[in-house]
Amino acid sequence: MSKRVIERLKAQFGERILETHDYRGDDTAVIAPGDWLEVATFLKHDGECAMNQFVDLTAVDFPEREPELPRFDVVLHLRSLSSGYQRVRLKARLAENQGIASLIKVWAGADWAERECFDMFGIKFEGHPDLRRVLLYEEFVGHPLRKDYPIDRTQPLIPYRQVDGLTKLPPFGQDEGQPFGRIQWQQRLDGRDNQVSPAIAVQLGQKRALSDSSAHEGEGAKE
Amino acid sequence: MGEVKVLQTGESGFATTRFDALLAWARKYSLFQYPFATACCGMEFFSVASSRYDIARFGAEAPRFSPRQADLLWVVGTISQKQAPVLKRIYEQMADPKWVIAFGTCASCGGFYDNYTTVPGVDKLVPVDIYIPGCPPRPEAVFDGLMLLQEKISNGNREPQVVPPRELPGLSQIRKKEGAAT
Repeated sequence: MSKRVIERLKAQFGERILETHDYRGDDTAVIAPGDWLEVATFLKHDGECAMNQFVDLTAVDFPEREPELPRFDVVLHLRSLSSGYQRVRLKARLAENQGIASLIKVWAGADWAERECFDMFGIKFEGHPDLRRVLLYEEFVGHPLRKDYPIDRTQPLIPYRQVDGLTKLPPFGQDEGQPFGRIQWQQRLDGRDNQVSPAIAVQLGQKRALSDSSAHEGEGAKE
Repeated sequence: MGEVKVLQTGESGFATTRFDALLAWARKYSLFQYPFATACCGMEFFSVASSRYDIARFGAEAPRFSPRQADLLWVVGTISQKQAPVLKRIYEQMADPKWVIAFGTCASCGGFYDNYTTVPGVDKLVPVDIYIPGCPPRPEAVFDGLMLLQEKISNGNREPQVVPPRELPGLSQIRKKEGAAT
């Protein structure tokens, strides 16, 4: 679909398009963070590309690919409403504490998407007029969608009540999601956690599915 | 009311009771509710409140969107950490006597949101009288919860209680049959 956009980009920028690939018609171009604003501006104003709709901007964290590649992928999705409804995806690889140009001057819709991306991943968008958290609260420390954010870390705004028996109420029953209380994530990863939700327990083999007839016959029998 | 004595003297009669029992009887059938609906359970609350299920039959007819006029706080849906101070403030603005119902699994224990966003149960913020399980609970479960609360009001009990699940006899028959067939 958007092959010609990729070809147009390659013709225009040559070596500065680091990589391209497509998956089932979704075309992606990887560029350097320094070219971010220039390529985006070109995509919008070039008559053939005419990417006039900003669809989404987000990031992906790959801490395991360091140090060969930088940690973050910033991902931009664009669509053209005037030139054949073609779509294109633009990626830039970004190290921690590395900034990237804000696209708010190109597409006004980038405003909240960039704020969310900052909120969740801590990516600094240079030139954004109002780069604050958009979903979380000001007091929040850290960026929760980074892979190194502790999975069980909560930051309550007001202290919890300290009353006995708060977590002692009986679980709601077998068809409910979670038991009362926090999940012991390490135990769950080790397979020692019996207090998991029914669906996960079935997946882990700790419990038979309700649809499994042998589960009802021999309750004590376990493989 | 429990201890009503009807005394018949001649043509007209009168009844005696304790004052607090009379007050509790009046309170339990005139619950002014504040629906704090934040998530998908809200739809189920609308269903309970509207004509098909009709919560008015239970003396809980009038929703009040000012906490100062309400005495029953329905926490309907997920409470995020960002929203926790709002809920606490709403509760503090309500005049005594006041009751709180945690509607659905998220309000009761955080549901499946075991992460940085969600308060794991509103009992971490405000005292809860009744927990209604379900994701979302059926209107019947909500009525069970409301009647449980009315029972609590009439006997002055403030211990938190969970609405027990209703196993429909027909449903358990179907499950047994399925188990035998496969």
